[in-house]
Amino acid sequence: MLLSFLAITTIAVVRLRDLFAVVMLFGIFSLLSAAIFVTLDAVDVAFTEAAVGAGISTVLMLATLTLTTRTESPPRHGTLLPLLVVCVTGGALVYGTLDMPRFGDPQAPIHQHVAPRYLQDSPAEIGLPNVVTSVLASYRGYDTLGEVTVIFTAGAGVLMLLGAIRRRTACCDDTGKGGSAVNHNLVLRVVAKILIPFVLLFALYVQFHGDFGPGGGFQAGVIFAAAFILYTLIFGLAAARAVASPGVLRVLSALGVLLFAGVGLAGIFAGGDFLDYGVLASHPVAGQHLGILLIELGVGTTVAAVMIMIFYLFAGRTR
Amino acid sequence: MQLGQHLPVLQVVIPLLSAPLCLLLRNGRLAWMFTLAVSWLVLAGAVWLLLQVLAHGTVSYALGAWPAPWGIEYHVDHVSAFVLLIVSGISAVVLPFAGISVAREIPADRVSLFYTLYLLCLTGLLGIVITGDAFNLFVFLEISALSSYALISQGRDRRALTASYHYLILGTIGATFILIGVGLLYMMTGTLNMQDIAVRLPAVTDTRTVRTAFAFLIVGISLKLALFPLHLWLPNAYTYAPSVVTAFLAATATKVGVYVLLRFVFTIFGAAFAFQVMSLGPILLVLALLAIFSASTVAIFQDNLKRMLAYSSVAQIGYMVLGISFASLTGLTAGILHLFNHALMKGALFLALGAVFYQLGTVQLTQLRGLGRRMPWTMAAIVIGGLSLVGVPLTVGFISKWYLILAALESGWWPVAVLVLLGSLLAMVYVGRLVETAYFHAPPEDDREVREAPLSLLLPIWILILANLYFGIDTSLTVGVARQAAALLLGVSP
Repeated sequence: MLLSFLAITTIAVVRLRDLFAVVMLFGIFSLLSAAIFVTLDAVDVAFTEAAVGAGISTVLMLATLTLTTRTESPPRHGTLLPLLVVCVTGGALVYGTLDMPRFGDPQAPIHQHVAPRYLQDSPAEIGLPNVVTSVLASYRGYDTLGEVTVIFTAGAGVLMLLGAIRRRTACCDDTGKGGSAVNHNLVLRVVAKILIPFVLLFALYVQFHGDFGPGGGFQAGVIFAAAFILYTLIFGLAAARAVASPGVLRVLSALGVLLFAGVGLAGIFAGGDFLDYGVLASHPVAGQHLGILLIELGVGTTVAAVMIMIFYLFAGRTR
Repeated sequence: MQLGQHLPVLQVVIPLLSAPLCLLLRNGRLAWMFTLAVSWLVLAGAVWLLLQVLAHGTVSYALGAWPAPWGIEYHVDHVSAFVLLIVSGISAVVLPFAGISVAREIPADRVSLFYTLYLLCLTGLLGIVITGDAFNLFVFLEISALSSYALISQGRDRRALTASYHYLILGTIGATFILIGVGLLYMMTGTLNMQDIAVRLPAVTDTRTVRTAFAFLIVGISLKLALFPLHLWLPNAYTYAPSVVTAFLAATATKVGVYVLLRFVFTIFGAAFAFQVMSLGPILLVLALLAIFSASTVAIFQDNLKRMLAYSSVAQIGYMVLGISFASLTGLTAGILHLFNHALMKGALFLALGAVFYQLGTVQLTQLRGLGRRMPWTMAAIVIGGLSLVGVPLTVGFISKWYLILAALESGWWPVAVLVLLGSLLAMVYVGRLVETAYFHAPPEDDREVREAPLSLLLPIWILILANLYFGIDTSLTVGVARQAAALLLGVSP
């Protein structure tokens, strides 16, 4: 059912020329994917997909639309070759599924080899109820460091592409930019003022509760950024910049990565391996706990800072 | 705390940590010096690692102290140590050149950002090479890819933006294909560690899922390493990128792509599966030959010299893949050897063009008339680099071609050996066009005084040129390591 919705959405995305509708459909697409992940019992992934795919990326794409146009120009090339490539790729994927282990089969290799140890030993080794966090932050923590670096790279890349231009063109008269229509809307202002503290609080909850339930630095960072973006939309860019200036964000985005990698180095200096949190405290489980708390903080900081920074850069540009 | 024991991870973590630090440095010149220092440190680490590998064999490092299939492992063998040396060596030579070249090509307020992204790109490339974990490889692939899109977009020509965007789309498709392949492998084996996958794969090798995974990985990697006909992103990206970026990426990024191909085909799937079950050999052979001939022919007709060399790169990648397609010890040795040798040639040539661009502001062939007398050192470097590209004796190019032809004859494919020689003739034509214009045409009429490039540009170029000559004469290091690496990949004794 969800999958067929997904297929319908995709076809609509391909057919439509109105980019505003396409962006909205992308949001729906992400929400549907999140729902599918929930039915697959992957709540952490679902959470991320909902926050990033349906939330932030929709806002960023809308921001792009305000800078460009709303309608797609008709394609210049024939569509036959791309269609062929897509069909071959799709065919190959279907062919590949033919010998896949049956869905939910307990004998499937993924349930037999590495996963059992995560499930059985992680409570004793790391001591967190949420195994997903244990895997992401500790067993495969280095991948997470890599992912944070990817986010940081994206932020630095956008900053390089748009940053310098912004300083020259639009500077200070942007009380209205992105918010002029809603600037004087009393209802929105009041609702936003009530809502934003709760959103921020929720972000902090997600940040520090990631050990126990779904959540963690990525999701928290995105939610935190969403609160800021909401504030920017309602009260204007200048007001938001007064709260967190681009310079501060630039520093914060770097600090998050530095904190994460620094915790890793601390492991070396404490006599263990890189990212070995066990040596950080007197008891290995306590060390794991401390390490995960710190690196999640690093993740959250970088993600939030980069997201807000990217939004500022988009919002600060005039057409 | 024993520093040497943590060397594998420091090799990647030092540039990774330096990138955010570099962002905090607002002064461009300071950022450059900082990046330079980091890059030299990384080179020292790479040399140390290679020596360790040569002395004691494979070095392994468990990240987070979790043992291999549960945690992520760094796995340095001869192949990875050799490619690490290439990447960090090129970076260490390119950066001294970058100082004034970047200052001229990049707006001052973006210079520290530029070096941040450069460090990230270096981190990504090193991380891909050193890791023993298939998913970790993908993560670092993303770091290097994202940063190179941003770096390429910084070219002065506005077309750099579209070139970068084009690369972004194709690169993302390639990365997605690789991710699908890794995902399918995980599904069938339940592990992400490369060695572990290799152990567990034979049990499920006869499934359509594994064959699909193989196909997706090969196509995805081929996009990344710009194998014909998936090379379309490369010429524009290399043409419009800033000089330093072109030199660095041309000498390293595609090499790392070839390394990933070697890793997946030989270490994970195994030569028997790839070449007997999936018959990868003939496919690669044909594509490699097509790459050599079509790209070399196109290169002859280019007036923009960066674009000419970019097409030449596509052809040279053909030579590397050709060596791999033999799946023999000599063939693989030739392929791996050419990774190193081509990095030296293209690094030198693109840097020399960077020096020309620095002085002239253009790299159009017609503007280079008579430049042989005005920039004698730069042009002499281009001539030697060009000869190396053709494969003249006493240069590294000759060594590569020699082993390639040897491998072809060994496999009994003498027509391929003839084709390799014919390919060299095509290279001779496009290099010859450049030499003729620079030395045998009168300089253009305008009175603009063109002088030789400053020493800080010439020195890096000539270091690479001398390396071209040195490793063309003394091949004990390069051929020795390449042979050991090839033997390791094939699982035979060297």
